Amino acid sequence: MARVRAKDRLKNEVNAGSMAAIAFLLLIFFLVTTTILEDSGILVKLPEWSDDPPPEAQINTRNIYSVLVNSNNDLLVRKTPMAVRELREDTKLFITNPSNDPTLADSPKQAIVSLKNDRGTSYNAYMEVYNELRAAYNEIWDEQAQIRYGKNYDDCTKAEQKGVRDDFPLVISEAESTNFGEES
Amino acid sequence: MSKFKPGGKKDEPEVSTASLPDIIFMLLFFFMVVTVMRESELKIKVKTPQATELTKLQEKSLVNYIHIGRPTKNYQEQYGTSPKIQLGDKISDIEDIPLFLENHKASVPEKLQFKITTSLKVDSDVTMGIVTDVKEKLRKSGQVKVNYSAKKRTEDL
Repeated sequence: MARVRAKDRLKNEVNAGSMAAIAFLLLIFFLVTTTILEDSGILVKLPEWSDDPPPEAQINTRNIYSVLVNSNNDLLVRKTPMAVRELREDTKLFITNPSNDPTLADSPKQAIVSLKNDRGTSYNAYMEVYNELRAAYNEIWDEQAQIRYGKNYDDCTKAEQKGVRDDFPLVISEAESTNFGEES
Repeated sequence: MSKFKPGGKKDEPEVSTASLPDIIFMLLFFFMVVTVMRESELKIKVKTPQATELTKLQEKSLVNYIHIGRPTKNYQEQYGTSPKIQLGDKISDIEDIPLFLENHKASVPEKLQFKITTSLKVDSDVTMGIVTDVKEKLRKSGQVKVNYSAKKRTEDL
């Protein structure tokens, strides 16, 4: 009998089986609470603040693509109403001006997109419009990268991207918003 | 003393489960490290709009968040229903933004400070008035790298 007991004592081990259960419990807790939150959005660089009024620049109206979103979330592009759906193509047409239309931009370098909104414009509408303007530029860059280097803009090197961007600079100028439809 | 039992039935070798806890612990540590407990409870409703031209924000420590939206039901009695700004865990005023930015800046190494991005998490129902005010304040505070937080759009316009 004594011999058996000694043997038993030797076999004494912490039962690791339940350890797995405990670890599982913790694991499940963390699995449930984890939110691998990833923030994405439209990255913009705001203009630096200056107290001086901006210099009066004489810009030919053909080079300005004025976009207005009013407090009813209606879109007015170069004084004509437009649906957001059409904005992207129209912007691209304005910037690249493939047929040298005298009413569209002289050259992509001189093109300026001017965005104006009311204080009562909904953020959603503003973002839709801004997104389309950005998309227009992104598509132009992509097309140019395809023509020049035969690959997507995102796959180009930094220098190549810069070359494309310099020829088609992204200029979205935002005017002071007007005090229309401000809600309390 | 029958160490060598001829023809004796051998015990089925069991799969050792001793390493199972190790594996589970490894997973556990992974999730513990990855988990970010949401440090501030949102007192306002923020449902960001949808967009297609998205960029992902890389380093979380270089991003500060400004939430704009209407107070949720529980806080409407206290703050009303008009759009409010939430900085960190409390509803704040536009005038608090420079201090908030400064506080965040102090937690970032000097070399990386130029990379700081402000992520504007704005509810899509809010009007531009308050957003414009915040943008102006950011510009005045010299914080010009801004991200309009948005989700991937799935359906067409």
